[in-house]
Amino acid sequence: MAELARLSLGDAEIEGLTSDLDTILDYVEALRGVDTTDVEPTAHALPLATPFRDDVAEAGLDPESALRNAPAASGDTFVVPKVIEGGEA
Amino acid sequence: MSFEPVIGLEVHVHLKTASKLFCRCPVRYGTDPNHQVCPVCLALPGALPVLNRRAVELAVRMGLAVGGSVNPRSVFARKNYFYPDLPKGYQISQFEEPLVSGGAVPVALDGAEPREIRLTRIHMEEDAGKSVHGEWERADESHMDLNRAGVPLIEIVSEPEIRSSAEASAFLRSLRAILRYAGVSDADMEKGQMRCDVNLSLRREGSDTLGTRTETKNLNSFRSVEGAIAAEMARQAEVLDEGGEVVQATMLFDAERGTTHVMRIKENSDDYRYFPDPDLIPLDLDPEWIHEVRAALPELPESRRARFESELGLSAGDARTLTESRTLADFFEAASAAHGSARTVANWLVRDVASILKEREGSIEDSALEADAFAALLGLVDEARVTARSAREILEVLVEQGGDPEALVRERGLEAVSDAGVLESAADAVLAENPEMIERWRGGDKKVLNFLMGQVMRQTAGKADPAAVREILARKMES
Amino acid sequence: MTESLGTASEMREALASGRTSSVELVEGSLERAQASASNAFVGLRAEAARAEAAGADARRANGDVRSALDGIPVALKDNIAVAGEPCGCASRILEGYASPYDSTAAARLRAAGAIVVGRTNMDEFAMGSSTENSAAGPARNPWDPERAPGGSSGGSAASVAAGIVPVAFGSDTGGSIRQPASLCGVTGVKPTYGRVSRYGLVAFASSLDQIGPFARTSADAAAALEVIAGHDPRDSTSLPDPVPPYADALDGDASGLVIGLPREYFVEEGVDPEVLACVREAVTELEKAGASTREISLPHTAHAIATYYLVANAEASSNLSRFDGVRFGLRADGRGLSELYRKTRSEGFGPEVKRRILLGTYVLSAGYYDAYYRKAQQVRTLIRRDFEQAFAQCDLIATPTAPEAAFRIGERSDDPLRMYLSDVYTVSASLAGICGLSTPCGLPGGLPVGLQLLAPALGEPVLFRAADAYERRTDWHARRPGEGS
Repeated sequence: MAELARLSLGDAEIEGLTSDLDTILDYVEALRGVDTTDVEPTAHALPLATPFRDDVAEAGLDPESALRNAPAASGDTFVVPKVIEGGEA
Repeated sequence: MSFEPVIGLEVHVHLKTASKLFCRCPVRYGTDPNHQVCPVCLALPGALPVLNRRAVELAVRMGLAVGGSVNPRSVFARKNYFYPDLPKGYQISQFEEPLVSGGAVPVALDGAEPREIRLTRIHMEEDAGKSVHGEWERADESHMDLNRAGVPLIEIVSEPEIRSSAEASAFLRSLRAILRYAGVSDADMEKGQMRCDVNLSLRREGSDTLGTRTETKNLNSFRSVEGAIAAEMARQAEVLDEGGEVVQATMLFDAERGTTHVMRIKENSDDYRYFPDPDLIPLDLDPEWIHEVRAALPELPESRRARFESELGLSAGDARTLTESRTLADFFEAASAAHGSARTVANWLVRDVASILKEREGSIEDSALEADAFAALLGLVDEARVTARSAREILEVLVEQGGDPEALVRERGLEAVSDAGVLESAADAVLAENPEMIERWRGGDKKVLNFLMGQVMRQTAGKADPAAVREILARKMES
Repeated sequence: MTESLGTASEMREALASGRTSSVELVEGSLERAQASASNAFVGLRAEAARAEAAGADARRANGDVRSALDGIPVALKDNIAVAGEPCGCASRILEGYASPYDSTAAARLRAAGAIVVGRTNMDEFAMGSSTENSAAGPARNPWDPERAPGGSSGGSAASVAAGIVPVAFGSDTGGSIRQPASLCGVTGVKPTYGRVSRYGLVAFASSLDQIGPFARTSADAAAALEVIAGHDPRDSTSLPDPVPPYADALDGDASGLVIGLPREYFVEEGVDPEVLACVREAVTELEKAGASTREISLPHTAHAIATYYLVANAEASSNLSRFDGVRFGLRADGRGLSELYRKTRSEGFGPEVKRRILLGTYVLSAGYYDAYYRKAQQVRTLIRRDFEQAFAQCDLIATPTAPEAAFRIGERSDDPLRMYLSDVYTVSASLAGICGLSTPCGLPGGLPVGLQLLAPALGEPVLFRAADAYERRTDWHARRPGEGS
């Protein structure tokens, strides 16, 4: 899980978190007992029609504002350590 | 051992919108890095997506154009993974409930029965950003440009029914024609508007058992798709011939060497944790609206091709060539109507216009040639007021800068010479220089006429009416 | 120090009569914020606030008064973006980040002339019920500095309770406005999901998050909500319904209202009996104001916490992926990209955030999705139906807001589950997307406790009406820390 979430954890941290998660997962186990046969899942508690936006372009941020918060930037780009083409980090 | 490839394609196509899928940033190509970004497509904390109606319309249009069924409800889901070109750490895509299910794309290969490749689905998603290169680049760094992040895409997924690289290529050409006809996308592969992933496995000929498949990603030309298929078929065949097993993997195609190599073995870590995006409401489409989109669909290449064959009497090859692009087909129809003979117009378009355009690396879209002028020029040929050879010269001018064919003929002194006096004396001069040809003619070698005609044409700078010259020469040699 | 003027309504009158100026009010807020031991603020925008106050005074002199909050100092939780200001979510991972854009809520406050004096402390990324999980250190409850103000919007609640600002805004995902309002003795409103735009609110759980106000009175809370509520084309989950003038509902009369008392919320287990006693007494007051009561049932209440933690953390695990050290915020040195991601996120997020990201990642992962996430979304449907059925029999529901008064700082931090259970009364309404309000209803042992009122979607007027009627008959909302009980 830590791998998927891109977190690296120390041994003590792993121990603590694992036990916390076990406790929490034990607690949520109770849900299994609820009869949800033919119950639609709720993703939204909203009775909304799909909201659309018209296809009208509008200038966004100027490059300076877009990059101002970047920990590393050059040539109007965000700089990261070398990426292996097509791979996932 | 003999193997047969089982190929499925996933084609990513940029939709032709003015703004991105979930924000108002313009979609433009070739601008400086990070000049078309905003809080939404940069995934700044707190920013939220709102769906572009036009993008949905274009995706629906494509679904209808390939005969797919447009689902009244589809759902945007998050595909979670980390990559520096993916600002949110997830891509908004569609997973369990795509916009379009089914559909098919016709393919016609020379010498084979036309067939249809079925589609599994078409779904909508947003594009990612990309790495860019520049003088500021260092070897240990990558540079991210997010202009492309959020550009609307459809992903078209075929059934694994494709059986050769040629068929894959034909599928893509047919798909591209439909995309362009329907105004869904410019589908320019060089601009990255159409990209293709190839899923390929081999099976023993005659067997029903499927092999393990690999996915070769991000192919951005017809040639690379064909090359990647050939290379991956060869690689897998070699593995299997040596008694090995194909491993499920993502492959990369090296176009220079014409080989594929493993980029990443598929593992459990490919867990995208799809779930419905809680920032968006499910996409519910009004059946009435879908109906309107359907009614507004233009005639598509397949039915147009059939009509060109059956109604206009074109050959299957010409009909296919002329329907590859909607502009070309429209041009052809307009010129045919103005000229009167579809077959003459088709001949000139498929041969002369095509070769002029090819020399100039241009297309009918960006040439100055107009259908009326083209038809008028062919009319001059019909009336023998200009020779085919001169007409070709005028045609080059028309393609380059347009104009009135009749005026161009006059300005350039290219009127066909049919004045009997001029032609007679030219013929006399040629015959006087080539007495041996007359002998051969009389001896039954009728082919010399072509040579002699060529000589007369040269004397008249190509303007002589060929029919008149032929008649004069024959008459003189017979006598 | 400038005289404390109390509520926003009082300030409005003082401004209208010329007895004070916006500059004076803002200066007072800034001074009190600096003098306060509550650690309610993570940052003040003194210069900008003074300039805006001067602008508001100038406008007012020309007869241009933009809203009930014009010229009045307010505070925003550190997860609501204000252009040009940091928006740190009390997290290390957003160190150095300044938002280049306004949230819709901030833009509406700006347009209304409200003066944002600072950003308030919170649990990191709104994950918590105590405002202890903060990169800025724990906020303190103005009623007892050894105790937590609740959370996650503890800084906003404390800033109002301490009299620093009359109105502050927070966000409520599972109780993060109502619970600190209860623990700090102020009024807090969680609007109907979709009533206030989430654009510019840093997402914790997108399907649950709502921005809402804290104030000393329901009348002030109503006025503050009216400013920020309403449809926003930048938020796809924003409701199109027009916002009614909430002040019209404040007639001091609760007659005709039927108040449902859910049997499952009035069991003695897991709740301080003094809290229940205060709430029962408050219900009696509402009856005196003309309301009637009836017992109702919300049968799936017992499953609400589990459902909430599955849904909220699944969404959070994905929402927090954008904090990767590439485009903004903290970046830890790493040899390669993969190490950069891991180190940045491990150093940038606190333990509670990591715990929730891991839980959320787990419940969405292949093989567990159906058992956890999908199941939770189904139970969520059942919880919604519970409320639909309940509201067929009553106009609003009354419950305790939190099972106990403020707890000591550090008392709960070792037991995440116990901490989660402090949201037991608030999460159901969040899952159902309905609106809720907490108003002070007692001071057992010198610490405030709150009465929670819940109404159906877009039922804010009925909430304000009942709470206002109650406040007019009691003075719990008027009690201030340090005055004794």
